[in-house]
Amino acid sequence: MGKRVGMEVSIAAAEVVGLCDVDVIAAYPITPQTHIVEHLSELVADGHLDAEFIPVESEHSAMSTCVGSAAAGARTFTSTSSQGYALMAEICYIASSMRLPIVMAVANRALSAPINIWNDHADMMMARDTGWIQTVAENGQEVVDLILHAFRVAEDHRVLLPVMVNLDGFTLSHMIEPIILPDKEEVDRYLPPYKPKLRLDPQNPMTFGPVGMPEVYTEAKKAQDEAVKESKAVIVEAWQEFEKQFGRSYKPVETYKAEDAETLLLTMGSISETAMTAVDKMRADGQKVGLAHLRLWRPFPAEELVDAVKGAKALAVVDRALSLSGGCGPVCVEVKSTLFDRGLSPYVQNFLAGLGGRDVTVEDFETMVAKVGDGLAKGLPMGYEIVNARE
Amino acid sequence: MVEIRFHGRGGQGGVTSAELTALAAIEEGKYAQAFPSFGPERRGAPVMAFVRVSDQQIRTREKVYSPNMVVVLDPTLLEIVDVQAGVPDDGILVVNTKMSVDELRKNAGLTRRLAVVDASTIAIETLRVPITNTTMLGALIKATGVISVDALRGPVQKRFGPIAEKNLQACMRAYEETVVEG
Amino acid sequence: MAKETGIVSWKELELGCTLTEPGSAAQLKTGDWRSMRPVTNFELCNKCGQCYIFCPDMVYSKNEEGYYEADYYYCKGCGICARECPKDAIQMVEEGD
Repeated sequence: MGKRVGMEVSIAAAEVVGLCDVDVIAAYPITPQTHIVEHLSELVADGHLDAEFIPVESEHSAMSTCVGSAAAGARTFTSTSSQGYALMAEICYIASSMRLPIVMAVANRALSAPINIWNDHADMMMARDTGWIQTVAENGQEVVDLILHAFRVAEDHRVLLPVMVNLDGFTLSHMIEPIILPDKEEVDRYLPPYKPKLRLDPQNPMTFGPVGMPEVYTEAKKAQDEAVKESKAVIVEAWQEFEKQFGRSYKPVETYKAEDAETLLLTMGSISETAMTAVDKMRADGQKVGLAHLRLWRPFPAEELVDAVKGAKALAVVDRALSLSGGCGPVCVEVKSTLFDRGLSPYVQNFLAGLGGRDVTVEDFETMVAKVGDGLAKGLPMGYEIVNARE
Repeated sequence: MVEIRFHGRGGQGGVTSAELTALAAIEEGKYAQAFPSFGPERRGAPVMAFVRVSDQQIRTREKVYSPNMVVVLDPTLLEIVDVQAGVPDDGILVVNTKMSVDELRKNAGLTRRLAVVDASTIAIETLRVPITNTTMLGALIKATGVISVDALRGPVQKRFGPIAEKNLQACMRAYEETVVEG
Repeated sequence: MAKETGIVSWKELELGCTLTEPGSAAQLKTGDWRSMRPVTNFELCNKCGQCYIFCPDMVYSKNEEGYYEADYYYCKGCGICARECPKDAIQMVEEGD
């Protein structure tokens, strides 16, 4: 039945990777991901986990090792953050294009400069167009659940894509809180052994990652795009199976008190919990406010988003990474294009908040909702603002 | 929901105090969060750690701005850190000091309810090191009852292994000796 | 045609563009951009096999009589065989002539 434990979220993440019978871990430590990798290394060194832990000299090598390992048919895990992701990025495209089911936990952190080790979503937004599936956790339990889910989805023969599980750096990675860790038998029931569809084998030689001339590259990308889009059905199915077995429910877009809401906050990641508290407070004041929060970032859950927000007159979309000088932040870009493509045109304001570890408070959410209400009433132009930047 | 802020110096165990408090609360079936003031830390520099304890699931990831309880692990911090910052009028400060409640109030200009214990002496005599994390937990328990000593036993055992018993002794002695303002 | 050129629908591409058949490059027609082709005068040829050795595309193979014949399916017309032939038995001839 699993056991309820008080545990640092990073340690719990490593524990569940261990329970998943991972074969190969290749990773390089970087703040704030370090505890995940440290603990996995400990598990292997102490003989609790029968896996190869490959200590590499950079994140570029970490992902390169993962590509080789996954191509050879091994269940493969890595973890990184921020600058580490930036160095790894080149190979991340290769991993997804070669359809290798690697699972990676990213402790989300800002990108330099100025040097900043704290939480925002710059790294996961850099990963946006790599073709990785991306799920987003809001608390420690979800980190554990989503890692387990990630292996099942990645290795499904209808998917065969790498999955990135995002957890907010420090805010989640360094948090001690109650977590229900599944037991081995439960994990085995949910996650079948990995059976590669194609793999490197000297007895049956194949070429992985050949040249794609202009005559074939377009088709290769079309096939990949379809694969990422089609993965959504399997992602949802795996969540439904998860709910049946573990009783915890996950959806691509989740809502909180959104049914009759006129104004909706739209968030992603751990600030969603703070936003719920803000919604409770504003509801108590009689405001018709609700929350929609994204659990799935890639493939982008367009239909689910429409269902979640179609009744709202105004949206306050929170982004935690900038698309400098673009029309708005990356989440808001998706929201606007999804809604406007379908003829929905609520009033949308974009708030760039929680950059580089700046706290996002209940009060901040109240201010956003007030600003959206004001903008809608006065017909102010839609756009974005960087929240709490000192003048 | 209760919020607690621990003030210590890097290496003194403030973060461990916070962690043990949360683990004990979770052991009791409650919900809890423990987290450090995120970022690089230096031995000896003032550091903070935070705890939330609640009977319901905790749905916030804000920093702790107005703790109901403050624990000061090192008396020298009173001169350089505003340990009372954000504490509501009915909040309580649990301080490691050789001073009495009255002396402390006068000397440090504190206005909230106080609890005092000479944790440094207890730690030196019991543990042979001036690390006051488990000792101050005894004081916190006496002053607030936010967790129980029984619930603390498991997490302390796991964390300290062979020196767990000594830490629990220090905790218990602090519990006995802490003076809580009425 | 598809296999000769690699021009296929996106639906027919193997997972991740993996080439699952070893040596499948042999199916690719590399001889279709040639502007000149080598022609061997077997009366001058002494069967030394230099053309076979130097050809970068494995175009030449030995026939029953021991002479080396070119397979124009692969020949790109680079002319290395003609240059290396010690008996000047290979001439490069314009395609279409």
